[in-house]
Amino acid sequence: MSSNNTILYLDAVSVSFDGFRAINDLSLVLDKGEMRAIIGPNGAGKTTMMDLITGKTRPDKGEIFFDGDHDLTRYDEADIANLGIGRKFQKPTVFESHTVEDNIALSLKGPRNILRTVFDRRSAEESNRMGEILATIRLEERRNELACNLSHGQKQWLEIGMLLAQEPKLLLVDEPVAGMTDAETEETVRLLRDIATRHSVIVVEHDMHFVRELGVKVTCLHEGAVLSEGSIDHVSQDPRVIEVYLGR
Amino acid sequence: MIFSRLFSGGLDRRVLLLLILLVAAAIAVPVLNLAVPPSSSFHMPPHAVTLLGKYLCYAMLALSLDLVWGYCGILSLGHGAFFAIGGYAMGMYLMRQIGSRGVYGHPVLPDFMVFLNWKELPWYWYGFDQFWFAALMVMLAPGLLAFAFGWLAFRSRVTGVYLSIITQAMTYALLLAFFRNDMGFGGNNGLTDFKDILGFSLQAPATRAALFSTSALMLALAVVVTARLVSSRYGKLMVAVRDAESRTRFLGWRPENIKLLAFTISAVMAGIAGALYVPQVGIINPSEFAPANSIEVVIWTAVGGRGTIVGPVTGAIAVNWGKSWFTAALPEVWLFALGGLFIAVTLLMPKGIVGVWEQWRSSLARRRHNAPVPPAEPPAVSVSSPAAAPVTGVALAARPQPAE
Repeated sequence: MSSNNTILYLDAVSVSFDGFRAINDLSLVLDKGEMRAIIGPNGAGKTTMMDLITGKTRPDKGEIFFDGDHDLTRYDEADIANLGIGRKFQKPTVFESHTVEDNIALSLKGPRNILRTVFDRRSAEESNRMGEILATIRLEERRNELACNLSHGQKQWLEIGMLLAQEPKLLLVDEPVAGMTDAETEETVRLLRDIATRHSVIVVEHDMHFVRELGVKVTCLHEGAVLSEGSIDHVSQDPRVIEVYLGR
Repeated sequence: MIFSRLFSGGLDRRVLLLLILLVAAAIAVPVLNLAVPPSSSFHMPPHAVTLLGKYLCYAMLALSLDLVWGYCGILSLGHGAFFAIGGYAMGMYLMRQIGSRGVYGHPVLPDFMVFLNWKELPWYWYGFDQFWFAALMVMLAPGLLAFAFGWLAFRSRVTGVYLSIITQAMTYALLLAFFRNDMGFGGNNGLTDFKDILGFSLQAPATRAALFSTSALMLALAVVVTARLVSSRYGKLMVAVRDAESRTRFLGWRPENIKLLAFTISAVMAGIAGALYVPQVGIINPSEFAPANSIEVVIWTAVGGRGTIVGPVTGAIAVNWGKSWFTAALPEVWLFALGGLFIAVTLLMPKGIVGVWEQWRSSLARRRHNAPVPPAEPPAVSVSSPAAAPVTGVALAARPQPAE
């Protein structure tokens, strides 16, 4: 079905909402360790694709396989998260009334048994792991601060940090630099590049400058299907892409 | 041993103060009632003991609601149902203690069953002549109902207003069911005319004082359990579900299980409160299931300050004290006052009494801090965060926003 080197495999996936085809015969293959940027106009199906992969939406037809032979259409969100897919939402979503540290602590990979959490204590190993993650996302100094006191950009990084704490094999990152200052965008590029050395990543983004900075293979979606795929130069010179997306 | 472990986590100072007050009340009230002669101005009349005991049961009910509403974001408008079921379980025990002293003198059947021409005890009344069995049922019956209800509701991802409405429907359905004579719980009149508990007469002042002390100590225990629960990792997950349920789900947790555990523990707590309430007021009838009762619990919790431990206890006692005063002085105004109170709290003090107290404390501390020192030096901004907002104090800090 899929080769050993594939982390994510979508084949001829379709889904419609009330007759509207949000995803139309979409096929996509992501290699292990690859970082991919997904671009496309509003309503192209970018977020719906994320919903399909993370189990929030079920496809009407088509196959989605993850890391060998895990058929993602058969699992729910929590199972898929535990299989190793982390997802960052478009709007930064962190636990605002918890400290930065607690946000990471709740995300750390480990058993997800609720009864155990009543008596669980934090282990030294967990503290180490948290320290590493806080260093990666550069929020060490604010570890005891409530997440609601972070700036917009810092919340985005915290959410990425929470994803890293899950130790996922694949990260789905939805518009990570929306609303960020230029300096923050630079920092996010660095962060994502760093993450991509150890994980497979899919980044959905509108900001073409940011996509160019990432310097990875680009897929352009349009009306729920792949319009063009290749390097950023190839895609941005594709006449169809210019017509539907860039050339407005 | 157990106690030192309970406190090793470091309980909040206010919670500790509340515990000390409760234990002190458990000792002082019986002394003032029984040992101080009625002629003394320090004497506490028996009706005051019962009234205070009632308030403490309400406080425990409010605390149980706060566990699910304040910490887990589940606004239950049917918590009175768990309270009433716990109360009925205790009422059944007290009924069977009457024995042959009832009006009809039947050795086994309660009066209302004789009156309805029932020939034998229904199966679900078996075992209630034993206190241990009744005590078990006080916890098990509300717990099981909450578990079944929560399992269905949370798995189907019913949230927000819809969940509140079905909890309301649940308590209303139970109200109608318990009104029926065929149910075997005394119908409209409920269970009453209790004689004694564990062999002690319920009319005796000493028994009433003991019931008060038990209520105070059980409330203290509920406070300790709640405090430990919300400060554990599980407590953090509850708040996580309250603030960003889908984030929790996509981190691999199952919010439905987190909610189910909180809902079940909370129902058990409400059941115990109901069981302590019934011997003190001497009656349990279907009106305890009335939706209005459950809504009142929400008001107590909101007035005191939800999402805190001291809040619901304070709120329940304060509002019920107000109710006792109003219904004696201006009975027709009470419901307007209650409604007005709820609106005022929602608009003016969303964090309740505890929130206002905190704000006052922090503004006082700031004034004292600022007075001798000239304007504070510019706040340090971390290198990687040019956009970081300076934090200038608790009151000015951003409020946590629920993500959904």
